[in-house]
Amino acid sequence: MLTIAGMTHTFGGLTAIADLTFQVPQGTIYSVIGPNGAGKTTLFNLLTGVYRPTAGSIQLMGDELAGMTPLQIAKKGVSRTFQNLQIFAGMTALENVMVGCHDHGKCGLLTTCLGLPTLQKEERCLKEMAQEALEFCGLSSIAERPVSALPYGILKKLEIARALATRPKLLLMDEPAAGLNDTETGEMVSMIRSIQQANITVLLVEHNMRLIMDVSHHILVLNYGQKLAEGTPHDIQHNKAVIDAYLGNA
Amino acid sequence: MRHRGFYIIALIALGLPVLFPKSYFVEVNGTAIFFNAALAIGLNLLMGYAGQISLGHAAFFAIGAYSTAIITTRYGLSPYWAMLIGLFLNTCISYVLARPLLKLKGHYLAMATLGMGIIVHIFLVQTGKLTGGPDGISNIPNLSIFGFILNTDRKWYWAAAILMLMTMKLSLNIADSRMGRAFRALHTSEIAAQMMRIDTTSAKTQVFVLSALIASLTGSLFAHQKAFVSPDSFTFFFSIELVTMVVLGGLGSTYGALFGAAFITLLPELLSSIENYEVMIFGLILMTTMMFFPKGLYVTMIETFRTQLGVKMALNSWVNSKRIHRC
Repeated sequence: MLTIAGMTHTFGGLTAIADLTFQVPQGTIYSVIGPNGAGKTTLFNLLTGVYRPTAGSIQLMGDELAGMTPLQIAKKGVSRTFQNLQIFAGMTALENVMVGCHDHGKCGLLTTCLGLPTLQKEERCLKEMAQEALEFCGLSSIAERPVSALPYGILKKLEIARALATRPKLLLMDEPAAGLNDTETGEMVSMIRSIQQANITVLLVEHNMRLIMDVSHHILVLNYGQKLAEGTPHDIQHNKAVIDAYLGNA
Repeated sequence: MRHRGFYIIALIALGLPVLFPKSYFVEVNGTAIFFNAALAIGLNLLMGYAGQISLGHAAFFAIGAYSTAIITTRYGLSPYWAMLIGLFLNTCISYVLARPLLKLKGHYLAMATLGMGIIVHIFLVQTGKLTGGPDGISNIPNLSIFGFILNTDRKWYWAAAILMLMTMKLSLNIADSRMGRAFRALHTSEIAAQMMRIDTTSAKTQVFVLSALIASLTGSLFAHQKAFVSPDSFTFFFSIELVTMVVLGGLGSTYGALFGAAFITLLPELLSSIENYEVMIFGLILMTTMMFFPKGLYVTMIETFRTQLGVKMALNSWVNSKRIHRC
């Protein structure tokens, strides 16, 4: 589904991603791990159009994403969550998720200003869609709460609900378990699985090894912007190069 | 009922002159408040919702007012054509400016919009042949709406009230809509908004143009009401006053913008007895507001009221639950 070929990104003289090639198969959970500074976040920013790759291609179901803006990429069916939360302030949880439904509505500013009846109809429709997404993430009970009154763990889930509301084909999750306690991490594992079962391909960046080994179908290990290893969780756990990169070699 | 506050405000705004039929104070200050409120509500769409500061909003107000003044006095066209030409000019100018301006953020955007306001003001003062220079333009004809000539303070009060109420309704419609949420989303994070498939460039342009159009329409009416325009009404200081109205009421609150406009418009009236200290007290009020009520006076007031109410209700239900236990 997602094919990355020969992708390179440099910041001035520093090569953050070097000649990276990998494929994310449709409908799987694909994880990217690596020590700090390995280029994971850069990879995400490249995939979402925040940065433009210096060289190489990113193809999503045959469409070339390299060189597109974040908006264009999002419209191709890619959504993401953020490592440092980017929850829209001053709204309720439901409204946040309704922002995710933006593309499913049509009412422009003129219709809105005039308050035409289509507006209310569309609003109800978007609300239903958002409620569905909230329910999927087990957040129905906090729908009407302002986000400023919600704890961190809930906000993490809310970001996922919001991303799902766009109805993506590919969901990029940037450290979904960071800052969560064991119970919450457990919930996150089952949430990621149910997202995959809803036929959404998941690309995951995470530091929590237990979660990674638990949910991933494939794992890519990055080190200094290069592919160190790729394979199933079992392969990775027994890969000498990976163990050396994380623990140092004796 | 949706937008209950709006109907209450409409009732008060339209009811005041009935309650005080001969009050010059209500008519004159009411008109001034409503014009300012329309401007502040428009600016709030840009600043409060979309989070894009503008320190030059008086420019759009000026373009509307001068379009009306110049076209009706020099070319003798009907006020409606003048108004439309003002709206058209403002659309063009704000649309062309929006892209380069709104690429900037924070202080840089503040500086750029400040520049815009100052440039327009200098233009008004310097191009004497067109704008009458510092002396301005007088003898702007009366406006008549459906044969109803607006020639008294009372009639202008109604016209201004209707303008303000229309702007307010429009702003409230936007607040709980797809576009309104898009504006508020890009306020927090543009990249997150883009990942939600919001075209942030287009959204920012739209809200910028809309707030310019509201200012333009208000400007045209303002010119007719005063029958006279001069650059003094469109200074940098007026832009700052508009920002203050929005912030004082509470960023992002439509009702707050009206509150702020009423407050800032009436303050000089209330302080006129201590004329020499007026500016000082004005500054002091602003400082205290910013320090102790950063969310704005109106919003803080409403929130406090709600919390108090909430605490009371919680207490009541607690007391009731105890009673049931005792039974």
